[in-house]
Amino acid sequence: MRASSAPPALRRWFAAVGPVDRVGVEERVAKFTTRSIKKAAKVQGLKLAVSMVDLTTLEGKDTPGKVASLCRKALRPHDDPAVPPAAAVCLYPAMVRAARRALGPRSPVRLASVATAFPSGQTALATRLAEVRRAVADGADEIDMVINRGAFLAGELGRVRDEIAAVVATCGPAALKVILEVGELETYDHIRAASCLALGELRPGDFIKTSTGKTGTNATLANTQVMLEAIRDHYLETGVAIGMKPAGGIRTAKQALHFLVAVKETLGDAWLTPARYRFGASALLNDLVRQLEKERTGAYPAPYAFSEAAESY
Amino acid sequence: MAPPASSRRPRRPAPELLFGDLWPYDPAPETADPRIRPEYGLFINGRFTPAADGSRFTSINPATERPLTELARGGPADVDAACRAAAAAFPRWSRLPGAERGKYLFRLARLLQDRAREFAVAETMDNGKPIRETRDFDVPSAAAHFFYHAGWADKLAYLAPGRTVAPLGVVGQVIPWNFPLLMLAWKIAPALAAGNCVVLKPASHTPLTAVKLAELLEEAGLPPGVVNIVTGPGATGAHLLAHPLIRKVAFTGSTAVGKVILRSVAGAGKRLTMELGGKAANIVFADAPLDQAVEGIVNGIFFNQGQVCCAGSRLLVQEAVAERVVAQLRRRLQALRVGDPLDKNTDLGAIVSREQRGVIRGYLRAGVAEGAELWQAPFRPPARGFFVAPAVFTGVSQSHRIAREEIFGPVLSVLTFRTVEEAVEKANNTPYGLSAGVWTDKGALILRLATELRAGVVWANTFNKFDPSSPFGGYKESGFGREGGRHGLLDYCAVT
Repeated sequence: MRASSAPPALRRWFAAVGPVDRVGVEERVAKFTTRSIKKAAKVQGLKLAVSMVDLTTLEGKDTPGKVASLCRKALRPHDDPAVPPAAAVCLYPAMVRAARRALGPRSPVRLASVATAFPSGQTALATRLAEVRRAVADGADEIDMVINRGAFLAGELGRVRDEIAAVVATCGPAALKVILEVGELETYDHIRAASCLALGELRPGDFIKTSTGKTGTNATLANTQVMLEAIRDHYLETGVAIGMKPAGGIRTAKQALHFLVAVKETLGDAWLTPARYRFGASALLNDLVRQLEKERTGAYPAPYAFSEAAESY
Repeated sequence: MAPPASSRRPRRPAPELLFGDLWPYDPAPETADPRIRPEYGLFINGRFTPAADGSRFTSINPATERPLTELARGGPADVDAACRAAAAAFPRWSRLPGAERGKYLFRLARLLQDRAREFAVAETMDNGKPIRETRDFDVPSAAAHFFYHAGWADKLAYLAPGRTVAPLGVVGQVIPWNFPLLMLAWKIAPALAAGNCVVLKPASHTPLTAVKLAELLEEAGLPPGVVNIVTGPGATGAHLLAHPLIRKVAFTGSTAVGKVILRSVAGAGKRLTMELGGKAANIVFADAPLDQAVEGIVNGIFFNQGQVCCAGSRLLVQEAVAERVVAQLRRRLQALRVGDPLDKNTDLGAIVSREQRGVIRGYLRAGVAEGAELWQAPFRPPARGFFVAPAVFTGVSQSHRIAREEIFGPVLSVLTFRTVEEAVEKANNTPYGLSAGVWTDKGALILRLATELRAGVVWANTFNKFDPSSPFGGYKESGFGREGGRHGLLDYCAVT
């Protein structure tokens, strides 16, 4: 640890943020899934969820053509004009220029780019910062960074924190989403500690995010709940409202509604907005639109009305 | 997490969360048919029969104050008939091979599962507790008790190794209104597994699921007289427990009534188990996982509107985190939904009766009069029905009535402590000793408190957890005898 930055000692930090009981938090979130969301509440919830989707493609085989089609999907998820546009598209840095061309300069859909050697983050800090700089220069409105999990698990909390601070400074006007990669942190105690560490460095309008979608464990109601509670504690303590983005593994409209129930009952109404809550997802958008069609017409659209494969937007 | 000093603006109001109706949930009523008949008789000797004197009473839905059904009001003659029927059935029933008795219990458990939704709705309408609880707790737990004891029926030889167990005879059981179906299962299942015959009196406010279960007994083909159900007021229960054919008395209810019963059966040579009141301490240490502790506090005192004998009605919180825990608790209570018990999104339903609501209101007034500070979650009560908003008293001391007496309602008294010793001393300073909760990240502290707290159940980092295999019962004025597990079953056996 670097003495100059007075890094928080591991044990002291864990004591300061407090522990999380695994059984208790999993029991709590199970109750969210028993909420019954019907009729007008369902339609409102589905539309809200559509407006919160960060429509994502993060593949080696992405092309400008695929990205352009994804952008069109985000701008107009469905023929029905009552369906709002998605919140953002989320891409690799190499695709940012193509996406900016497809979205236009003043798009209602924001352009998010992963950066900092996503998903592992395993390069030199200077390289990671250069990537952020480049993505912002190419037109990204938002940057999704990964934290240094290796440093976190080694107890070098000061280093993790300083690196986040460096990315914040490099982002400039772009909003930042800090990916904790919960699957690699493993315990809820770690997730809470890492959340609190990141929250302290962020500006209003920034987010913390569960995962990259590239490891086994992605967003669950439980790990998202731990992060929501950290956001709540930070807000109550400092007045700084940070957003939340669960990512990966949320594929159905029903799941999305459960996640929104957790937001409503943990952080309250002020977080029920794409400015403070996002879903990192690809297949989810089609299911949301499909359920909205079902509510509108009373029948599910034919299976071929939507493409299940996110590749073919 | 603290921001740099420059960004602090002390004159701004403190940040607070807003739990409004930006995204309201639509009503989501449970619509399963509870299949309630317009009238029910007494279930004696395998048949529904009217009361000997023909008198009846009405059971109402406490959430709407509308009548649900008419029931026979059993009197001394009916109690006598029921006890004779049970005594007549006992010789055959007790000599049946255990595996055969087990079959009936398995059948009952499965029938209850098959008709779970129907029973959940009926229980909610009769008692006022939310459908979420009857559906997810009461009915499944009742079925689990039948399953568990069905498994014991042919293994009684292993209940007390090296000794012989035998059934007692006719058992008289009186159960309360807070968990009508579950308490019935707690009583009937072990009694039958051990080979006893039963006369049971459900509470007068909540007789519905007991008489509905009598329909299941018929359907299961249980031999006539093995289980008899006599509905009626408290006096009927007194007749039952005093009846000379009764060999064992099992009572769950208030400590006051328990003492009356104890006096009435003294010297009659009857076996007794009593599960009475409680004033449980829920102890939160500064190192506890606070969000989960708050959840446990809510579950501890607002489960079933606080009408739970083991409710965590006294919150003992370490001073260092007291303010934070109470603030978090208030925030959490704003997201609790009080209202129509049949709505699937309701967290707190109606109080069981007008009288009970009166009792709770009386305690709210007493708490304020004694100088404690009352906070209640914002709540607009519906035009009809017996509702009480979740209430939290702070600034409570040991001598306050709200800290000493069992309220049996959604009222939490918050006390603070500084040291472990003080916590134990305060927790044990009560006539009751049914349950307690401990919240800490420290395993050694949990073990220490589990031995020092004088309570039948000590929950660690959780609250209100039950299992058919886990014995439940009290210390001191919370009663004696155990229910559930090997210990509970032994209370229905003569061990020689």
